[in-house]
Amino acid sequence: MKKEKEGERDVPPGGVIREAGSAHGYSTGGWRKLRPVVDSEKCTNCLICWVMCPDSAVVVKDGKMIGFDLEHCKGCGICAAECPDKVKAIKMEEEG
Amino acid sequence: MATLKELAAKDELFSGGHRLCSGCGIPPIVRLLLRSAGSPVVATSATGCLEVGTSIYPYTAWRIPWIHSAFENAAATISGIESAYRAFKKKGRIPADKEIKFLALGGDGGTYDIGFQALSGALERGHNFLYVCYDNGAYMNTGIQRSSATPLGSATTTSPAGAKRPGKQEWRKDLTRVVVAHNIPYAAQASPHNWRDLEGKARKAFNVAGPAFMNIISPCPLGWYSKPEDSINAARLAVDTCYWPLYEVENGILRVTYRPKEKKPIADWFKIQGRFKHLFKPENSHLLDETQKRIDAEWQRLLDMDGKAVF
Repeated sequence: MKKEKEGERDVPPGGVIREAGSAHGYSTGGWRKLRPVVDSEKCTNCLICWVMCPDSAVVVKDGKMIGFDLEHCKGCGICAAECPDKVKAIKMEEEG
Repeated sequence: MATLKELAAKDELFSGGHRLCSGCGIPPIVRLLLRSAGSPVVATSATGCLEVGTSIYPYTAWRIPWIHSAFENAAATISGIESAYRAFKKKGRIPADKEIKFLALGGDGGTYDIGFQALSGALERGHNFLYVCYDNGAYMNTGIQRSSATPLGSATTTSPAGAKRPGKQEWRKDLTRVVVAHNIPYAAQASPHNWRDLEGKARKAFNVAGPAFMNIISPCPLGWYSKPEDSINAARLAVDTCYWPLYEVENGILRVTYRPKEKKPIADWFKIQGRFKHLFKPENSHLLDETQKRIDAEWQRLLDMDGKAVF
């Protein structure tokens, strides 16, 4: 084994990242200017918001849309824009 | 056909926390692709937004084995991986009944331009893989330089709109057609707004024996100078104006998979994007007309070929 130089970080050969999906531990919620808010009374669970979300930030459990992963949501507003016209259950609100 | 409920029940193999822009069109594409494979997937990405945005050390958004390629060789990398898989199977190091799918991803720069010879070679050699190009129409990752996928008249940093030249002066390369000319078993164009069409095509593409190719339009708020929330609608308008027709070529037979109920004028797509703003000046109206004419002709050509053999 080559002796590690001072200051050299412990990087596995090939720069392999051993933990799959480690980006989940990185917060991008701070990018957000607008926050999505869902009116669950209006929501029909069509899951269009879920499939169109660039940040895998629409949380679905047992086929139901149950809210947003605000650690990762960047506030793009695609969910609110794509929520069907007859439903319009998602609103974008100013971050406080 | 899978429903969204069924798709949502599958594992999320592409995590949040990646550094792609707010409103980027690429992740919805990748999330659908990974769900449509039906088997474990090994993927590689050419240098580009997707690769840079998802693999900033020590973070990765991928929950599948994924390898970074250089700009020009994603198709060569996936060829090597697929060949190793076949060799390992032959030697019994991978069980004979273990099915793995192989996916290469590149942007238009890494596919139409820089990675083209590697792609052409891999298609000709007949490796069993799916190549997906997410086409956002310029080198967005390095600062919006024009590529051979950039539409006529589009302003980029290397084809700026000014007094002398109103944006890019050349028509874009029709890469899907070029790929079809390789006589591969499956090639298609898709769009993220039509998830059902995209998912169905991806499923077919993963399951054919031999190379498959998908060219998928990927809206880019940064380079299109459009609003992040408009991304999916921008993809929809690209399809409804027939700038980006949805079709597939399966074993040499072309099929148009979506016909807009009402074909919209190209101006409808252009006007939501700042990169085409200058085309609405009276002195540039000829570019708008030229684009419309060419799109109409291309669309008619596709309609004429619908259901027929391409060669």
